Amino acid sequence: MPQLLLELFSEEIPARMQSGAARDLERLAREHLAAAGFLPEALKTFAGPRRLTLVVEGLPAAQADRKEELKGPRVGAPPQAMEGFLRKAGVTQDQLVEQNGVWMAFVEKKGRATPEIVAEMVETIVRAFPWPKSMTWGSGKLRWVRPLKRILCVFDREIVPFAIEGIQSGDVSEGHRFMRVGRGWGGQPFKARDFDEYQKGLLDHFVVLDVEERKERILEGCKTLCFARNLELVDDIGLLEEVAGLAEWPTPVLGDMDPAFLDLPGEVIRTSMRTHQKYFAVRDPATGGLAPHFITIANVQSADGGKVIAEGNAKVLSSRLSDARFFWDEDVKVGFKPWLEKLEGVTFHAKLGTMAQRVERIVALAGEIAPLVGADPEKAKEAARLAKADLASQMVGEFPELQGLMGGYYARTFKMDGEIADAIRDHYKPQGPSDAVPTAPLSVAVALADKLDTLVGFFAIDEKPTGSKDPFALRRAALGVIRIILENAVRLPLSKFGREDLIAFFADRLKVTLKDQGKRHDLVDAVFALGDDDLVRIVARVEALDGFLKTDDGKNLLAGYKRASNILKAEEKKGWKGEGEAELLPNASEPEVALHDALRLVRQPLAAALEAEDFTAAMRELAGLRGPVDAFLDGVFVNSDVPEERDSRLKTLAAVRDAMGQVADFSQIAG
Amino acid sequence: MPAEKPKSFQSLILTLHDYWSAQGCVILQPHDVEVGAGTLHPATVLRALGPKPWNAAYVQPSRRPGDGRYGENPNRLQHYYQYQVILKPNPPNMQDLYLGSLEAIGLDLRTHDIRFVEDDWENPTVGAWGLGWEVWCDGMEVSQYTYFQQVGGLDVSPVAGELTYGLERLAMYVFGVDNVYDLPFNDPDAPLGHLTYGDVFLENERQQSEANFHGYDVAVLKQQFEQMEEQVPLMLDRSYQGRSLVLPAYDMVLKASHLFNLMNARGAIAVAERASYIGRIRDLCKMCAQKWVEQQEAA
Repeated sequence: MPQLLLELFSEEIPARMQSGAARDLERLAREHLAAAGFLPEALKTFAGPRRLTLVVEGLPAAQADRKEELKGPRVGAPPQAMEGFLRKAGVTQDQLVEQNGVWMAFVEKKGRATPEIVAEMVETIVRAFPWPKSMTWGSGKLRWVRPLKRILCVFDREIVPFAIEGIQSGDVSEGHRFMRVGRGWGGQPFKARDFDEYQKGLLDHFVVLDVEERKERILEGCKTLCFARNLELVDDIGLLEEVAGLAEWPTPVLGDMDPAFLDLPGEVIRTSMRTHQKYFAVRDPATGGLAPHFITIANVQSADGGKVIAEGNAKVLSSRLSDARFFWDEDVKVGFKPWLEKLEGVTFHAKLGTMAQRVERIVALAGEIAPLVGADPEKAKEAARLAKADLASQMVGEFPELQGLMGGYYARTFKMDGEIADAIRDHYKPQGPSDAVPTAPLSVAVALADKLDTLVGFFAIDEKPTGSKDPFALRRAALGVIRIILENAVRLPLSKFGREDLIAFFADRLKVTLKDQGKRHDLVDAVFALGDDDLVRIVARVEALDGFLKTDDGKNLLAGYKRASNILKAEEKKGWKGEGEAELLPNASEPEVALHDALRLVRQPLAAALEAEDFTAAMRELAGLRGPVDAFLDGVFVNSDVPEERDSRLKTLAAVRDAMGQVADFSQIAG
Repeated sequence: MPAEKPKSFQSLILTLHDYWSAQGCVILQPHDVEVGAGTLHPATVLRALGPKPWNAAYVQPSRRPGDGRYGENPNRLQHYYQYQVILKPNPPNMQDLYLGSLEAIGLDLRTHDIRFVEDDWENPTVGAWGLGWEVWCDGMEVSQYTYFQQVGGLDVSPVAGELTYGLERLAMYVFGVDNVYDLPFNDPDAPLGHLTYGDVFLENERQQSEANFHGYDVAVLKQQFEQMEEQVPLMLDRSYQGRSLVLPAYDMVLKASHLFNLMNARGAIAVAERASYIGRIRDLCKMCAQKWVEQQEAA
């Protein structure tokens, strides 16, 4: 079956937008083709520095013919309605058929030729493509991420003819921006009528279409370079992703770095290489430390084997590292005290005061938290006081992502306490789901204090995250608190630090975390409804509850609970108030007696299990209620005409609800 | 393509002039008011706006008072040159034209690694932004390439393409020089003698750095800033032959902007005040832009 090939060729597309664009193109093409009634055998998209490509296999030459039934006006409807219908359906009145008092039209719809549909599809997609940022150029009105230059569109080896704002579709693509066979430079056009010709044409013109192949090419090239020099590549997936979007013919080139720079912290060298220059760092496998080289991913394979490129890049890196060395030297001349003074002049947030004021708050919080995590309060305060100082250093001014880390280095350089230096270094952690959580008590105290201050502050001035907007990264902060607490089993009453809305926010984040681990969010609700604010205990409860509800006893007891609480709710609505203990009447039936006994038996061990925070044991105790509850609900008529009987039975059910309610709010649980 | 590669800083400039002149640009001289960047020349900020075509190239001495290093840093200057090209509407082959200019100054495009790396440019003091790239040559940023989308808060239509070359940095790369002051200013083989960039500018860097960091009287700067701010709307209210005096008013905006930079270098502007000063300059610039577009559309 015929194949469709589309290439949208433009000036350089930002690397970070390419993979999203490939996904969007795929989705939009699928939607359009499905709407036209097509189910292609295969559909694939590619994105690179200058092109977005779509290839669709197995499209028919045209849509199938269709019969459409159109319902018209009722017989005897006003003539205007009839005229309107005839116009819309494209038929005359004598072609209509009457069915049950309604005029019907049966219209044969010829299927349209696929190229026609493709032309419309491409225009619609191009005009409304969801680029994160787009622009106009020249005198035109079309928007694209950067100027769109060519559209290649062929179906079944024929050009699909159309034009968008003066760009005429055709069968011509263009090769590498610089490389070409023969002399000179510049993109050479070539023709392609199907995907095979297209791929071959690209390769002949020095373009690797598939980003995965570009990545492989980069890694292979890096490995070859490293092997020859007995070096090891420092893996960096994010950087690989980025550089694969910056070159159509990615060509790794190894350059040299002055070994004298190796006395700078490795992170500084790597950050400088990565953020400014997009270089890979390399290690010496013998020592595990950085080696005095780098690898840049060039876009051209030059005649001199990359010599000029390596030298040029080495020079740039050297001036970058000289800057870094300068910052280090200046910073160690200054030190923490002047930095802290500088923080007095730095606004943290207009409504939350200066950075220095923020530091004071973190100090107080760290002092409060320290005893709860087994850290020395005075030391925690000292670490917190110093933690933000490096923000005023030149190095962090240049490389904001080194905050904390530099503080740690400088603290060690100034021979401060090692634990304090570590706490300064680690107090921003975890900075993402894959980042490690601090474990040293002092670091835990400062890390928690830092995040809690952020959360409490922004909640107090009503800057809460909404929808996709979270400009102060409060979700990440809350998740950080949750992970630190859970992974270190820190017993921290959260309500001591935040208001109700913040606790609810934590509950929300915890739900997301537990959901990621496969836990049901309604279980978290059921546990949070108890008003507990100790995350460790909450999670223990949720886990026990989760286990319990997977057992037969658990499921049935939940069903029993629901029946009981429905009955109670209905009666409470009518004004019944169960005051006092349930008293067993002398004529009580066997199921009533049994449930009473069961409730009495469970009371003490349940309380003990809860006291010991052994929630699995608590659940086990509740499981003992399952049989008696079922028997009671099946065998006892609660709404007896005798008021004493009714009251006693309702109170019994209320006792069940209360007992279970000590473990979780089962009414929040779905099922 | 010229027969010979440029041999000096000045011949690099002359080569670019020749190149862009041949493309049909008017070659302008620098604007005679202190500016922080070539973009601020009225030939870019104002001419980018309005419907009329405009192609120009010029060198603009640019002042960044805070970047002064008393002539002791090999890469940083408080006074340096930008080469600026503005093409409106941007021609479809603007990237190729740009690459041709690199070739003209002696860069072999198949030996070097030239890259267009995303960089969304904005200049909040003139309410301008655009999309484009930093252009890298072997890992070094040699130019800024931007398709202007807005200037003075107004849409740029047709779109103007802007190229900014950092001349000193480019020259250091082309001539393989590590210290800006060692750049050959004129041809080393010239019969009348040879001067370096340092011979021409080192003393200026020393004196201006001292003035920028310690010399200017902050109270006077502040007063002058406020005077300029007051004068802009008054100037715009005046007119000649029915047209408001936009061009002189814009010069005053530039002066205000430079005064702000001087105050900043003196450390006289608190972090919190910064944004408000920038906003004030932007408002003045917007007033001028608005009037300018009205005039251009009426003409």
